[in-house]
Amino acid sequence: MLRFQNVSFTYKNENMPIMENLSLYIEDGDFVSIIGASGCGKSTIFRLINGLEKPQKGRIFVNEKPIEEQTKYAAFMPQNDLLFPWWTIEKNVCIPMKLSGVPKKEQEIWCREVLAQAGLLNYINKYPKDLSGGMKQRVSFVRTLLTGANMLLLDEPFSALDYLTRVDMQEWLLSQWEHYQKTILFITHDVEEALFLSKTIYVIQDVPFSALEEVPVPLSYPREREDLKKPEVVELKEILIEKLRKKGET
Amino acid sequence: MKKQITPAILTIALLALWQVIAMAINAAYILPSPLQILIRLWELRVVLITVHLPATMAVTIIGLLISIVFGLTMAVVMDRFPSVESAVYPLVVASQTIPITAIAPLFVLWFGYSIWSKILVTILITFFPITIAVFDGFKSTKREMEELLLTYGATKNDIFVALKIPTALPSFFSAIKMAIPLSVIGAAIAEWLGAQSGLGYFSKRMMTQLDGAGVFAPVVLLSVAAMLMVAIISCVEKRILKWRKEI
Repeated sequence: MLRFQNVSFTYKNENMPIMENLSLYIEDGDFVSIIGASGCGKSTIFRLINGLEKPQKGRIFVNEKPIEEQTKYAAFMPQNDLLFPWWTIEKNVCIPMKLSGVPKKEQEIWCREVLAQAGLLNYINKYPKDLSGGMKQRVSFVRTLLTGANMLLLDEPFSALDYLTRVDMQEWLLSQWEHYQKTILFITHDVEEALFLSKTIYVIQDVPFSALEEVPVPLSYPREREDLKKPEVVELKEILIEKLRKKGET
Repeated sequence: MKKQITPAILTIALLALWQVIAMAINAAYILPSPLQILIRLWELRVVLITVHLPATMAVTIIGLLISIVFGLTMAVVMDRFPSVESAVYPLVVASQTIPITAIAPLFVLWFGYSIWSKILVTILITFFPITIAVFDGFKSTKREMEELLLTYGATKNDIFVALKIPTALPSFFSAIKMAIPLSVIGAAIAEWLGAQSGLGYFSKRMMTQLDGAGVFAPVVLLSVAAMLMVAIISCVEKRILKWRKEI
């Protein structure tokens, strides 16, 4: 469970705050998307959660414990795969475990198990240069899973992929979420992607923002791509696009 | 194979042109022809290969190794301590403005005709590209990768080992490949200015005897040695950096 309590944040060398007195609550096991125009502060939320930035005011709690007092509570997956080109896939996915002192034998077991689940076991000894864009993102997701964190912060992970690969990856991600039962926070620009994946969509409308507009997605799991054609989903999609366009015009 | 045809044709054409001009001038003490140089190289092969080549290679290799250790240490220290960087970087650059031919005789005065005066010249020439290239290599790490490692709980040392060293490796190999010809030149200059053996020293001796082909013969040997060393480093680079797409 993630909770923002009156969090305010302004970047150094900037006068305008990104968020002011933001309060937010996300349940365990949820799949939540955050949408908003470019530069509205979506990624800042992630930077605050994973401790790369410190709020000037307010606190962030995970399972009712302040994040400063804990480690391994959240794992970040960036837009670009950011795989280390000098390491094999095995070493790449094991790095979070290695850095947190997991014994080598245990690293190997976990790595093999999760790579197998992701259909990537055959690539364990390959280098990132040998993999396609979609595969690299899968490896990056596996690495995120292997941090052992219960909350995954995915920052536009599929935005650099072509349309068909993106669609495949969305379906794959849903299957992984259902399998591992993690809490996923997913940043995207793509309204359709947010609708297909998430239980709830949070919309950032203003800068600075003090609340996120919560929009429940009227679909249950498991989902099919056909579900996106349902009239209520199409209508919601139009509403969300309109909200984002209004924001873009202001 | 096709890639090698063009440089081979160009080399042969230049050598042929050189041969023709040298034959037209017909004064080997001014411009010996490639054939005369090759013949002289063959005549002097024993003394060049058994006495002077080892002497020059000893200076080159020891100088290069010390430069690598020194250059890497400087780069690491400058990367870890920004205050050292701002203090030392200008001095490193300034060291390269010293005219070697002016300072090398001083080294002979300090260290005599021992190998160390020549090694010092080599170090002075070669540590600069190694320091700067490796330091810039450390600086070229991606900030996002560093932040990602921080989110995994990495310490400064972890980031250095996992990210900075591999990022700087291509720069390191480029620096070594630049430093090899420079170290050979450094050794030859130092020998030219004061030595009792070595290819530079031998070349100078031949100069005093107006033996043009004899001056060039050790130079050919120096070039071949430098090319061989660069080729060896390129092979090692290919093996170590096999993860790079472009290699």
